[in-house]
Amino acid sequence: MTEILEYTIKDFKSENEVRWCPGCGDHAVLNAVQKAMASMGIKQEDFVVISGIGCSSRFPYYMSTYGFHTIHGRAAAVASGVKCANPKLCVWEITGDGDALAIGGNHFIHVVRRNIDINLILFNNKIYGLTKGQYSPTSDRGAITKTSPQGTIENPFIPGQLVLGAGGSFFARAVDNNIKHSQEVFELAAKHEGTSVVEVLQNCVIFNDGIHAEISDPKMREERQIFLKHGEPMIFGTLKDKGLVFDKGLLKVVKIGENGITRDDILVHDVTEPNGYVHQQLIGMKLPEYPVAMGVIRAVKAPVYDQMMEKQIAEVKSKAKIKSIDELLRSGNTWVVD
Amino acid sequence: MIETKVIELEEVVIRFSGDSGDGMQLTGALFSDTSALFGNDISTFPDYPSEIRAPQGTVAGISGFQVQFGTSKITTPGDYAHVLVAMNPAAIKANSGCMSPGGTIFYDSDSFTQKNFDKAKLKTDDPFTECNLEDYFKVAVPITTLTKEALKDLDIDNKSILRSKNMFALGLICWVFSKPLDYIEGFIKKKFAKSAAIVETNLRVLHAGWNYGLTLEHLTPRYVVHPAEIEKGIYRNINGNLATAWGLLAAAHKANLELFIGSYPITPATDILQALADRKDLGVKSFQAEDEIAGICTAIGASFAGKLAVTSTSGPGFALKSEALGLSVIAELPLVVVNVQRGGPSTGLPTKTEQSDLLQTLYGRNGECPLVVIAASTPSDCFHYAFISAKIALERMVPVVLLTDGFLGNGSEPWKIPLFSELPSITPRMAKDPESFKPYARDEKTLAREWAIPGMPGFQHLIGGLEKDVSGNVSHDPANHEKMVKIREEKVNRVVEMIPDIEVYGDQQGDILVIGWGGTFGYVESAVREMRINGAKIGLAHFNYIQPLPGNTAEVFGRFKKLVVCELNLGQFASYLRDKIPGFVYHQYNKVQGLPFTSKELVDNFEKLLEE
Repeated sequence: MTEILEYTIKDFKSENEVRWCPGCGDHAVLNAVQKAMASMGIKQEDFVVISGIGCSSRFPYYMSTYGFHTIHGRAAAVASGVKCANPKLCVWEITGDGDALAIGGNHFIHVVRRNIDINLILFNNKIYGLTKGQYSPTSDRGAITKTSPQGTIENPFIPGQLVLGAGGSFFARAVDNNIKHSQEVFELAAKHEGTSVVEVLQNCVIFNDGIHAEISDPKMREERQIFLKHGEPMIFGTLKDKGLVFDKGLLKVVKIGENGITRDDILVHDVTEPNGYVHQQLIGMKLPEYPVAMGVIRAVKAPVYDQMMEKQIAEVKSKAKIKSIDELLRSGNTWVVD
Repeated sequence: MIETKVIELEEVVIRFSGDSGDGMQLTGALFSDTSALFGNDISTFPDYPSEIRAPQGTVAGISGFQVQFGTSKITTPGDYAHVLVAMNPAAIKANSGCMSPGGTIFYDSDSFTQKNFDKAKLKTDDPFTECNLEDYFKVAVPITTLTKEALKDLDIDNKSILRSKNMFALGLICWVFSKPLDYIEGFIKKKFAKSAAIVETNLRVLHAGWNYGLTLEHLTPRYVVHPAEIEKGIYRNINGNLATAWGLLAAAHKANLELFIGSYPITPATDILQALADRKDLGVKSFQAEDEIAGICTAIGASFAGKLAVTSTSGPGFALKSEALGLSVIAELPLVVVNVQRGGPSTGLPTKTEQSDLLQTLYGRNGECPLVVIAASTPSDCFHYAFISAKIALERMVPVVLLTDGFLGNGSEPWKIPLFSELPSITPRMAKDPESFKPYARDEKTLAREWAIPGMPGFQHLIGGLEKDVSGNVSHDPANHEKMVKIREEKVNRVVEMIPDIEVYGDQQGDILVIGWGGTFGYVESAVREMRINGAKIGLAHFNYIQPLPGNTAEVFGRFKKLVVCELNLGQFASYLRDKIPGFVYHQYNKVQGLPFTSKELVDNFEKLLEE
């Protein structure tokens, strides 16, 4: 491409008034996605944003790209169709915890399993917002909501572990109030070839306000979140004095300088390790014992469905005996009536 | 010496029947192809259990293949068999009700054992008497023994020997009907090219069967069916599912688009997905989805991205696709959904045929949700109607449901192969001017919107499942909603301009107009033909275009004294006609047994109606 594409965030904003509640985490994610898209060097008409149903799924209305607001749970399937139809497009799926993991759970695991090259942004606010406050498949056990007045009696999905279980090639996590970091993560997700799942811890200001507050509190960010980067030691803390090591097969938080621990003892993050053992533990880290893992946790190289689909067609075509409809219709046993 | 009995017939119905593992489908198909190559017109109907290998020797495990061939135009696989080939007692019992009086039954006498009588739940050791088949000509052939004998010097296991029994039956039947073996020999050599032993086994047994007929000449009636008068051209045998797949593919090429199919395997529609998965040489993108919903949703995604998108299914799967079908209606995307109907409700009768999804297709969605409904009526015209479904979808930006059924999908008949260049043109409504483009601006005449696909610069827009205004923006305005609902309905109504008037077969006016639709055509047509030979003033209006109905429908109905709607359900098309074409009395003839009509029962019914 010789053309130089100089987009700004404005090129990705639509004229529609943004109608999320004031203070909703979605506003920040929208900004981060638009910034990421503007900086990627991809033509604006080649972006497609597909969503399901839910608050976050109104997202395409606020974008000036091609967009399709589909039906509840099915965005992954529609996005799969778009990407397979035209692999040149940069396809984004916007979905929520209810949309992707409850009604759309089947499509979610299968798009990940197939490794179709779409960027799936999963807004996780652990609640159904659009229907005004029922528990979701990521709500914590015991969560009290309108449909669980005595508290839920079911375990939540951990989205990253579902991705790993489905053989996923990419998983990352970000927090809505950290636009700069979110943007970086979205760009990395878009560059990854295959299904990139980004879980965004997002705050529903009306029905589940503060659900991620302990993690997302900007003042405590360095202490409670660990920002993972490929090839760098897993260090966190305001003073950069804490890190992760392996102890008896499990991750453990240590203090650099104590008990003879040096910087060299700290685990180095490797997103490319196909065996997801370490990735799984990073995904599972919870406060207060651990910091919560942010950034790209897993990004392994794997065959990409939409590319393989085109490759198979090209291979078959290059050796094909049948090259036209007329040849097809006359293939096999035919006879002539004179 | 007694002379060989040679019977000359206009048309013959043969039914091959055995355990579902006995290879009856292959036997029937090879015999049908041979007949067609010989110049007979044919029509076939496979009838098999839904279990892959139901318990051996039982009536439930019987797999049948019926073929009718003849010297004139054959439109059905026939009501009753002139010849039954039965591989075991259960096959005799299962088919006792579908034999033509005076017919011949060839059966494997080696299978007449107490064990097999028990399995078939026969009370005696004489199935013929027990099943009221005393008056038929019965030919006992020790097929198992003779097959073993033919292979005795070959080093093969007992299982392989038994598996080739069907070739003995095929060889014998070819002799009975004076059919040459060369086509079948060629097929065997090609199919088993990798194993000389299997080729040798099958050829030997095939010839043993043929030679057995020769030897027993004086005992066996021989039939001669002369070639049919058939229009000139190149022909092939084709079943409805393959014809559907190829019709869709031809339409994609005609429209200069790639074909995308997103589907989930389901009986009896799976062959369509399989046929298209095998056509990467012609650029097909096939996507086997995780479920029926993903099947249609991937197709909707592909349609948004500019492909000719299709999904294929049967009744239960069609039910699962309902919500997404509504999305394609409101988003106004081109889409073809093929429903190969089977017996319902729920899982129902997966391998049997029925027409009971009509009302589901017309109305089975939330909201006011009209779409175009087309029904194919013979195995080979599935090609034409699949092609036309795609043409309407692409030119009118509307989802089209093509209804076929298990009988059409699996049944086959000879088909005069068309030339690609002679197929109608297809012009997708590609958006041209980014300045004036609005997602829901419409052509004044057809009300179809334009199609702008991701990647086209300047046409960026949003579509979705919410109600919208002309610019594609969400609108909750009450007046706008009603306007859009009416526009979507009117858009479907205006498809009437693309479809031909309904033609009446037989008498153009008279006492009875028989009304049929879809896959029952062959039986209904032959019943009407028979009635006319006997002097009745009767016509047939057989519908392929269901929604919208052809423009002259009411006028045609008005030319007859009585109307009778025949369909394989409890009267769904009749109800629809009462609503759409009011002012007539619609008599009904219905059957819901998972089986096609017989021409005989139709004739009986029409005669009764004439007398009333």
